[in-house]
Amino acid sequence: MNFKRKDILGLEDLSPEEITLILDTAEPMKEIMTRDIKKVPTLRGRSVITLFYEPSTRTRTSFELAAKYLGADTGSISVATSSVKKGESLRDTARTVEAMAADTIIIRHSSAGAPHLLARWVSARVINAGDGAHAHPTQALLDMYTIREKKGGFQGLKVAILGDISHSRVARSNIWGLTKMGAQVRVVGPKTLMPPEIEKLGVEVYYNWEEGLQDVDVINVLRIQLERQKKGLFPSIREYTNLYGLDRNKLQVAKPDVLVLHPGPVNRGIEISPEVQDGPHAVINEQVTNGVAVRMALLYLLMSRGEKDEIPA
Amino acid sequence: MKYLLKDGMVVDPIAKAVTKLDVLVEEGKITAVEHQVEAPDAEVLDLEGCYIFPGFVDMHCHLREPGEELKETILTGTMAAAKGGFTAVACMGNTNPPADNSAVINLIRDKAKEASFPVYPIGCATKGRNGEESSEIGDLVKAGAVALSDDGAPIMNSEVLRRVMEYAQMFNLPVISHCEDIDLSGTGVMNEGLSSTLLGLEGIPAAAEEVHVARDLILAEMTGAHLHIAHVSTAGSVELIRNAKKRGVHVTAEVTPHHLCLTDEAVKQFDSNVKVNPPLRTRSDIEALYEGLKDGTIDAIATDHAPHRSDEKEMEFNLAPFGISGLETAIPLVWEHLVETGILSPVEFAQKMAFNPGQILGLPDRVIKAGYGANLTVIDPRLKLPVKVEEFISLGKNSPFDGLVLCGWPVMTISKGEIKFSRHQ
Repeated sequence: MNFKRKDILGLEDLSPEEITLILDTAEPMKEIMTRDIKKVPTLRGRSVITLFYEPSTRTRTSFELAAKYLGADTGSISVATSSVKKGESLRDTARTVEAMAADTIIIRHSSAGAPHLLARWVSARVINAGDGAHAHPTQALLDMYTIREKKGGFQGLKVAILGDISHSRVARSNIWGLTKMGAQVRVVGPKTLMPPEIEKLGVEVYYNWEEGLQDVDVINVLRIQLERQKKGLFPSIREYTNLYGLDRNKLQVAKPDVLVLHPGPVNRGIEISPEVQDGPHAVINEQVTNGVAVRMALLYLLMSRGEKDEIPA
Repeated sequence: MKYLLKDGMVVDPIAKAVTKLDVLVEEGKITAVEHQVEAPDAEVLDLEGCYIFPGFVDMHCHLREPGEELKETILTGTMAAAKGGFTAVACMGNTNPPADNSAVINLIRDKAKEASFPVYPIGCATKGRNGEESSEIGDLVKAGAVALSDDGAPIMNSEVLRRVMEYAQMFNLPVISHCEDIDLSGTGVMNEGLSSTLLGLEGIPAAAEEVHVARDLILAEMTGAHLHIAHVSTAGSVELIRNAKKRGVHVTAEVTPHHLCLTDEAVKQFDSNVKVNPPLRTRSDIEALYEGLKDGTIDAIATDHAPHRSDEKEMEFNLAPFGISGLETAIPLVWEHLVETGILSPVEFAQKMAFNPGQILGLPDRVIKAGYGANLTVIDPRLKLPVKVEEFISLGKNSPFDGLVLCGWPVMTISKGEIKFSRHQ
């Protein structure tokens, strides 16, 4: 199947076939990561710029390594080091990056929709590395890769997304991707962190962990932003941990072979207890590995020129 | 100058009639409205097939001067108003400095005189629009303020609003309320609902408006003051106002063209040109707004013309300022969506655009009768044109309607007997 897209902005408009293609393509990419020399010349001469308006170590590094393993050149612009801080607008930065002849721009931004505007303004390809509470397609794809690898598929799988659904781009992208692939998705969290009419996306809503985690195959634990407490969205960290922090006790109601995911970085002992985080159900470190593989797959699918850019065995 | 408007359909909002009549205008006045007027020395304007309305008033616009002249000036704003079919405008006082003192009101009036267009300033209700201390309302009235409002900075303190209402009553001045509980709206940038959930943008619930509408209605009832609710956007607000009117509360209300034509689904492309406050709501809210217009709950249609610089709007959705440049699209938008579809008759349209806003602000000459001042808006219902933002006279090009083909454009605007705009050759 041909992958004909300029940008990857979200999973909302990807077809199940496209998602499958991305996940299938990530498999040989993961193999490259196990080689002695983790570099193929596939994207040699192509440039990838990461444009990050939010601090992030793992996602940026993951994208940069993905590009480098495929032989592309990389550059980075971040809030702390560039003119962004001096107040340059996104519009002007887009002009600048375009003028540098970037082939692909990876953007992370605290504003929902910023990647969509950028994609409209530049001829370079744009990959959304997280925009506000809107979308984080590569995180969802790596979550799905991890789930598929462990569970064999998605059809009929019960997946719970646990925590602050309102402010989570990870939750939204997971919902789009997983429901498209036939999983039964439920969201579990306090009502104050549940966005309105979320059930219209085809998910079940639970405020109570005992019901929400019942018999699930996968639990995707979201990071809780501690500043939400200050805004009155939950009474205290202690109460949040009591009601929604994933510990051994809460894990009991799930399937015995339940998979525990977390997009990281983890607030240890808050949204997930140390014994679960470090226990046999958690696949948090594998998610990081798979993240590089999935991002390699996306860069390859977007940037390669067909047969000329075969991956060397 | 003497003009004879021939063969147009004259709309009378009082007699509720549309009649094919000739209108003679001389020396700023209407001197004859009859079936056949002969005036050999007058310039004849053939208006066959066009509607002649009493002069439209935009009772809610932002002209930005003084202080933000890169967004708009009184000259460009009033020229845009004339092109948009308005014969007079009332401008909000959120300028810089704000219109909380007579000096700013005088400046606005001086600039309007230079632009030779009727501009009725709305003074700030409180000093600095802080919602704390009442401005010198008596002085504002003396300088020419026709209403009081802190507009986008709602008065959260109920005691302050109560006293402003009581004081304003002494001068027969309406208090215009931008209803928004700023704690409930918080840092929201669009309507709270399925669309905000999908887009991951912070929502402004309908309740943020309705809580304030309810409170303001209670205070209006208590004080007996004339409360005017600006840009009503939710079904709940319509219901609250309808009930208050039934109880005899002195309340009037307006709605904007964009709230009548667009829903929150328009935000999907993250185009900040659809970012307005109050935010675009849902289809059921629009249905309620239609109903409110039909049954008289909503008295007026006003643009809330809010011009911004292109670079300010070409921003991330949550960072861009609120507002739509609306003066030059209001009439065809409402015509296409409400008149052409039969929701409003031409007579009702005349009430919402001319007669009622004139009544609310106490402006003269909103009927077409001999002896009255000649304020006339001529609309050609057959004229079908695309909106072209680059042809806006307004400095604000921030419109989500660029390229939209609409019918019912204004073809002539006569204010105080002078042709301010004409498409006729």
